[in-house]
Amino acid sequence: MNFVPRLALALGAAIAPFASPVLAESDPAAIIRIGSLYEPQNLDNTAGAGQGINEAFNDNVYEALFRLNDDGSVVPVLAANHSVSDDGLTHTFTLQDGVTFHSGDPLTAADVKYSIERVTAEASKSSRKKSLAPIAGIETPDDKTVVITLKSRSISLPYNLSYVWIVNDAATDITATEDGTGPYVLDGWKRGSAISLKAFDGYWGEKPKNGGATISYFTEAAALDNALLTDALDLVTTIQSPDALAQFEDPSRFTISEGNSTVKEIMAYNDRVAPFDDPKVRKALARGIDKAKLLEAIWGDRGMVLGSFVPPTDPWYEDLTAVDAYDPENAKALLAEAGHPDGFTFTLDTPNYDPHPITAEFIKAELAKIGVTVNINVITANEWYTKIYQAHDFQATLQEHVNHRDVVFYGNPEFYWGYNNADVTRLIAEAEEVTTEDEHTAKLREANAIIAEEAASNWFFLYPQIVVSTANVTGYPLNGLNSQFFLRGIEKSN
Amino acid sequence: MGRYLLRRTFVLALSLIAAGLVLFVLLRLLPGDPAAALLSVGADEAQIAAARAQVGSDQPVWVQLGRFLSDLARFDLGNSFVSNQPVLPEILARLTVTLPLTVASFLLAICIAVPLGIIAAVRADRWYGTLISTISQLGIAVPVFWIGILLVWLVAIEWRLLPASGFPIDGWGDPLAAIRALILPVITIAIVMSASLLRYVRSATLDVLGADYLRNARALGETQRQALIRHGIRNGAVPVISILGIELASTLLGAVVVERVFTLPGLGSMLLAGIQNRDYPSVQGVLLISTLLVLLIGFAADIVQRLIDPRLREPAGAAR
Repeated sequence: MNFVPRLALALGAAIAPFASPVLAESDPAAIIRIGSLYEPQNLDNTAGAGQGINEAFNDNVYEALFRLNDDGSVVPVLAANHSVSDDGLTHTFTLQDGVTFHSGDPLTAADVKYSIERVTAEASKSSRKKSLAPIAGIETPDDKTVVITLKSRSISLPYNLSYVWIVNDAATDITATEDGTGPYVLDGWKRGSAISLKAFDGYWGEKPKNGGATISYFTEAAALDNALLTDALDLVTTIQSPDALAQFEDPSRFTISEGNSTVKEIMAYNDRVAPFDDPKVRKALARGIDKAKLLEAIWGDRGMVLGSFVPPTDPWYEDLTAVDAYDPENAKALLAEAGHPDGFTFTLDTPNYDPHPITAEFIKAELAKIGVTVNINVITANEWYTKIYQAHDFQATLQEHVNHRDVVFYGNPEFYWGYNNADVTRLIAEAEEVTTEDEHTAKLREANAIIAEEAASNWFFLYPQIVVSTANVTGYPLNGLNSQFFLRGIEKSN
Repeated sequence: MGRYLLRRTFVLALSLIAAGLVLFVLLRLLPGDPAAALLSVGADEAQIAAARAQVGSDQPVWVQLGRFLSDLARFDLGNSFVSNQPVLPEILARLTVTLPLTVASFLLAICIAVPLGIIAAVRADRWYGTLISTISQLGIAVPVFWIGILLVWLVAIEWRLLPASGFPIDGWGDPLAAIRALILPVITIAIVMSASLLRYVRSATLDVLGADYLRNARALGETQRQALIRHGIRNGAVPVISILGIELASTLLGAVVVERVFTLPGLGSMLLAGIQNRDYPSVQGVLLISTLLVLLIGFAADIVQRLIDPRLREPAGAAR
């Protein structure tokens, strides 16, 4: 354990003359101490580990054929070459040369096949399993070539492959260990406390700009902030409330950065049941809530108001906030038109953690002004999943949806909110089978416009992605798409 | 003594089984499905069914109960639903934080409470005796997390003397770092614990001071101090020890709050995470092991009392 940092130091000294001149004294052996609220439950992203494992391991410990960059672009990583047949159904990938797993085994096509099949396997808990459904078969004609055949065209295949970790096929159970190809190896994991990563000497690509990282996990946001204040951390991946930022305002000590998250706070109706099966009622409720005021109450001047489910980092984003702008008088008129001149009463299932309870109280007060009575029913995250997601037993609920590119959920009438519009279902299915990115974007934009026009759900706001670091730390990702947090570019100077 | 030990062991085993059954039922009364902790938004019907089969929540409750009891009979606490790792080694690892935390707090509390409690009783008529009693009353009224937050702010943030939270990733590999991490949590628990303990010591001492044997000892020429040390402490200790047993047990359970305030990877944080995820094996494991520890503490307190006070021992040859 001891010789590695020294080795990294030696390597660092060798490359130091080429390092960025701004941070000439940046320490290539530095261990970056990171604080997070999302402890993974295990180390396997197909075994229900939670979003924390993506933060810790995506592109750090495990790489994929492609990478979703922090700006939303998708670039090849372990795939050196990618070609598509004319009918779009055969994708051929050539693997990078000289890639080895942390265990020392070389990367082969068989590992890639094994890794994709882990996600599509029956026991897989991956929420992205469905998006790989077009895959008909995977062939490995030689050690460097992977051929994926599809049942139907899939324009998002490279994107979808960006969250398929390439795992050594010799590693059977990775819930408590790892064997990836990334620039870092797992150095230690103390459950309930921290994960430590150190730079991998045999890494095939460019060396990371630090010697490793320790990610410490907190359950209390206040304890996390205290740790940064007392120099026990270099960086905090997410700040939970704007009030906490006041203590980091000294720019000589801390840097506060705000990027775009993909986390959307929404009120989802059960669109199958009355009165929410009527778009007029849904539009009335959208116009009856002052979203800007809600966002202000929760995030101050940060974050952004949403007019649809699509965040600005999705290529098909469009500002649709004007479709159902705040207008309580018009909301009352719409309710009367829909046959509810005296309003109605509904139950709002509210998860018991921030910011849902405050949001629920705000909605209750706002909707009372247009004659709608809200009964707030507080539930746990686990109950939300069982009662709402699985059993569809609800009228309306609050939830924060975290994924990037997830507007496609509206194309699935079986999804928990039960939105069922044949045009939208068709557009979303067609979008996947087009031949160019532009067509893909155009189709999804069209679908999104319909969803917004029908107020399928009530989209409130996008969370800000706030990272706070000490002033001597730079080079970290700002947006955190799909909860990823790339470590390799982080520099720390003394 | 042999018969006594046998009887106590039998009662202990019965209590554990009863606790296990109560836990089993209570956990299953909570709404929600443990499979949900493994899944996220986007999972389809088949994935939900597979996850339920994996954790066994698709089985009738009596089948789950049968499995639980047969595992328990083999001292197997099962594997966590969410981490898929065996529960027992995880509990043992967490005990390396919780046990030192509890024992150190307990010893510190005794060191504070016993001398101060005796002074408060012997000098009940002086201003400092009253002051000690008043402060202990305050200590009982203040919630433990508040003291924790206050200490963090003062000692860790303002003075930068000790870490605000956390435990070293290599545990006791660096003993100094581990001890530094535990100092504030230990003080936090000890303050609250010594406040209530002090009141018991004080009242036990007051009882002893009024006892006939102490008056007789003084009449035989001993000073009050000599009399207290020779006869008082032993007699006063009997009721205090049973209280100590209860206090130690409640500290073990109260560590849940303190571990959360200080982000310590102990049993408490494992329990909270387990409840949130409906991770039945983890919750059952933690609670069964803590029940066992609490019963053992009670057992030990009983034995110590018997050693100190001959009246509690069974007469030789008596069939009770």
